[in-house]
Amino acid sequence: MPSLKDLRNRIASVKATQKITKAMQMVAAAKLRRAQEAAEAARPYSERMGSVLANITQAIGGGGDAPALMTGTGKDNVHLLVVCTAERGLCGGFNSQIARLARDHIRRLLADGKQVKIICVGKKGFDILRRDYASLILDRVDLREVKTLGFVNADAIARKVIHLFNEGAFDVCTLFYSQFKSVISQVPTAQQIIPAAAPSAKAETSDGASAVYEYEPEPGEILSDLIPRNIAVQIFRALLENAAGEMGAKMSAMDNATRNAGEMINKLSITYNRQRQAQITKELIEIISGAEAL
Amino acid sequence: MAEAFKFELVSPERLLVSEQVESVVIPGAEGEMTVMANHAPVMTTIKPGVVTVKSASGGEERYVVFGGFADIVPAGCTLLAESAVAVKNVDRADLARRIQDAKEDAADAKDDQSRSKAEQFLAQLTTLESALLPA
Repeated sequence: MPSLKDLRNRIASVKATQKITKAMQMVAAAKLRRAQEAAEAARPYSERMGSVLANITQAIGGGGDAPALMTGTGKDNVHLLVVCTAERGLCGGFNSQIARLARDHIRRLLADGKQVKIICVGKKGFDILRRDYASLILDRVDLREVKTLGFVNADAIARKVIHLFNEGAFDVCTLFYSQFKSVISQVPTAQQIIPAAAPSAKAETSDGASAVYEYEPEPGEILSDLIPRNIAVQIFRALLENAAGEMGAKMSAMDNATRNAGEMINKLSITYNRQRQAQITKELIEIISGAEAL
Repeated sequence: MAEAFKFELVSPERLLVSEQVESVVIPGAEGEMTVMANHAPVMTTIKPGVVTVKSASGGEERYVVFGGFADIVPAGCTLLAESAVAVKNVDRADLARRIQDAKEDAADAKDDQSRSKAEQFLAQLTTLESALLPA
């Protein structure tokens, strides 16, 4: 049975924790807004990229000069998984959800006799996957020092991936990240980026511009310039969605923590009050029985 | 006064410009080109250089872009730049760093093709720097 003093200390410490989680929740809310804005601002680029890509693939018409990044190597023996997670914890099941999806994927691939290689973006995913698949991890990208996520960060990762591809280190590359649905819902997603799934050729854009383009230089050359850039854009988008998702998850996790702390304080206060009352009653009984004995 | 058309300058981080303009000068991979309204559909890659935007309201803005590509249709022009900044905000240190990187790339290149590509890129960057420095 904890003494009154113990209970008092306990309540004070839970109150302090509650203050911290509350503050973290507010910080996450502010960061979430910024991350969402960044994700929003990046959308036009990837949309335009998609439509341009669709246009060019249409122009080439699946001709033989499509770059290998798009057609793939024709095999699928070696898989590269790029697993993007957050750098920090305290955001509920956010990181473990992504890691679980990746792990299921790895298990399936290994069962099929494929070879798996992993690149981890973010510390948390690395920590989780290292336990089971340390030997498969090629590399990890640390973004902890990065304050605001820039395209350069995504570009560096894309370069790494493309370099590996050109060396023939893998056949298929899949990107794991968490799609930002809303503040309370982030869906872990696997997206194949190499070979690039041919963008569905939309027949026309808003201004009916399925016109015959002139290409400068040749379409094939533009495409071979475009595809690596598109991979970087995909990774960038994944990172931004992840950043927004992380903050959303952190916000709801911290909201829960604050609420739990509140509940705990209530419970502890009731126990505290009850015990104090019990003590008072006990003292009264002692006094009364003492008086009666006289 | 020339007819106006819609011009958009987009970098991966954000939409920089989206306005009605009179003409745009784009540093195309195969030479500079001026785009005006009702231009024939062209798709071109761009090299590092300066984009000059003459807006319909009369002002003129200049942006430095580092590679990307342009999608030109009669109704408008979309420029997808890998990275774009207004000329007045250009960070000299950043430019110097890019040149340094390009130099290293050129030195590290394994075969002739990639070396000539890297050297070409380096030359473009240095031209850009010399164009900007006295400004």
